[in-house]
Amino acid sequence: MPFKIIASQCTSCSACEPECPNVAIREKGGTFVIDPKKCTECIGHFDEPQCVAVCPVDNTCVIDTSLPRYQAPA
Amino acid sequence: MDVSAQHDASSNGHVAEVGEIMQAIAEHKGCGTTGGSGKASCGSQAGQGDLPTEIWEKVKNHPCYSEEAHHHYARMHVAVAPACNIQCNYCNRKYDCANESRPGVVSEKLTPEQAAKKVLAVASTIPQMTVLGIAGPGDPLANPEKTFKTFELIYNTAPDIKLCLSTNGLMLPDHVDTIAKYNVDHVTITINMVDPEIGAKIYPWIFYKHKRYTGYEAAKILTDRQLQGLEMLTERGILCKVNSVMIPGINDQHLVEVNRAVKSRGAFLHNIMPLISAPEHGTVFGLNGQRGPSAQELKALQDSCEGEMNMMRHCRQCRADAVGLLGEDRSAEFTTEKIMAMEVKYDAETRKAYQEKVEEERVAKVAAKQEELAELAGRSSDIKVLAAVATKGSGLINEHFGHAKEFQVYELSTAGAKFVGHRRVDLYCQGGYGEEDSLETIIRAINDCHAVFVAKIGGCPKGDLIKAGIEPVDQYAHEFIEKSAIAWFKAYLDKVNSGEIEHVERGDAAIRQGALISAA
Repeated sequence: MPFKIIASQCTSCSACEPECPNVAIREKGGTFVIDPKKCTECIGHFDEPQCVAVCPVDNTCVIDTSLPRYQAPA
Repeated sequence: MDVSAQHDASSNGHVAEVGEIMQAIAEHKGCGTTGGSGKASCGSQAGQGDLPTEIWEKVKNHPCYSEEAHHHYARMHVAVAPACNIQCNYCNRKYDCANESRPGVVSEKLTPEQAAKKVLAVASTIPQMTVLGIAGPGDPLANPEKTFKTFELIYNTAPDIKLCLSTNGLMLPDHVDTIAKYNVDHVTITINMVDPEIGAKIYPWIFYKHKRYTGYEAAKILTDRQLQGLEMLTERGILCKVNSVMIPGINDQHLVEVNRAVKSRGAFLHNIMPLISAPEHGTVFGLNGQRGPSAQELKALQDSCEGEMNMMRHCRQCRADAVGLLGEDRSAEFTTEKIMAMEVKYDAETRKAYQEKVEEERVAKVAAKQEELAELAGRSSDIKVLAAVATKGSGLINEHFGHAKEFQVYELSTAGAKFVGHRRVDLYCQGGYGEEDSLETIIRAINDCHAVFVAKIGGCPKGDLIKAGIEPVDQYAHEFIEKSAIAWFKAYLDKVNSGEIEHVERGDAAIRQGALISAA
């Protein structure tokens, strides 16, 4: 459940939204947010988290340390 | 756009008979003026004369593809494409300010439906608006659904508007068929290098097929995709312009090679633009002190590529939401709020009638130049000088020195007057403060010019210009630029020949960085 977008750094460019394999990203209040219930860190889909790879501002899509890491179903 | 000046132009007796008009259309060029040395400044060398009819039809009223058309026709960009798939060291998407004019910057993002309404609203208000482009603020082909939905809506409601798009080329090969389907007949690709070693210094990363690539590998994929896309477009007969950002010390010498590579793949026009780089933009180049080129460095590179292919020199590096003639920005009149409140009636007939009037005015301008040029025939001299012109369009000297936001620059020689560029300047009249500094800025911007042509100029700036060695010329107010410039140059040569004045070379000039202050 772990990636989040730091709202103060988000340019609202929307690049991450279509890349998310879990459709976990949507626009909310002028920036984009990740639904922690849907995020799987892209595990099982891609080698790297897609939102991190496409985001134009470094360190904007980051692990949300307040939540436990995603566990792939056994 | 000064409508009264246009009417003056078309009613002052220059309008020719239909037969003569056809002849003049055939003679006048898609772009630029008779250079005499190599290619015209941009577009075709001799208008329809050396261009197939279908290409002439595509470029003749496209302000970006035809220097000559850019005096008369306007364009607009709609900002429907915010996402990007590559990172460039000269771009920082975070920074957005209404006073800022550079690519990638935009104030409002639009949905395709809002964009379509905006296009109709602008087309009804500005009948000489002939071109709609999608240029960002990200990459149109990184937002393919939004981009093509917008094209579809406009294609269905206003089929007379030309569609174009500007892309970094990474996703271009995947979308060539869709581009052709919507009749997009002008595509611009930004190609800054064909050597990945150089590319690695310009692009920190790209996002391609679900993976972020960096360094040499990223630049290699990008250049392969760009050149493949260019070839696919030219095979289908879609006109391609290549934009290159000149970055001194990184790709300036290399752009000659880029020029050869894109020409051999069928590009129609090459636009070498100066790097815009200031620390306050927050770009990598801005922050690490990478400088842009001087006016003469830029001109020298453009001149050296000119023998190879058509060069564009009238690019204003406009915003992704610009509206109006190149060099003016009326986007503030068309905010989403204002557009949604507008009742828009698209009247294709009125637009057509207006554009026919513009064509008459254009033909008159070319005829006037030919007349004056004939008098230069037989003269020979090695002297070449630059002249700056204050204009607000229609090919006329119709702007007050103090109101000019930019000056157009013409190179004058016995071959004629050739458009070679433009210089942005701050408004000199800003309501009483900083005026002296503004005048210094203007002089720096046109310091390589021998003369500046204006509709009107005050006594003080006149004196300062003369002191700086630039002759202020107001005797040709509201007359055609090229005709007047040639007449002035003839007189200049006479004075040099009679020994009345001595011809001296001018120095270099600065390309202005930073914000364009709106004249609203």
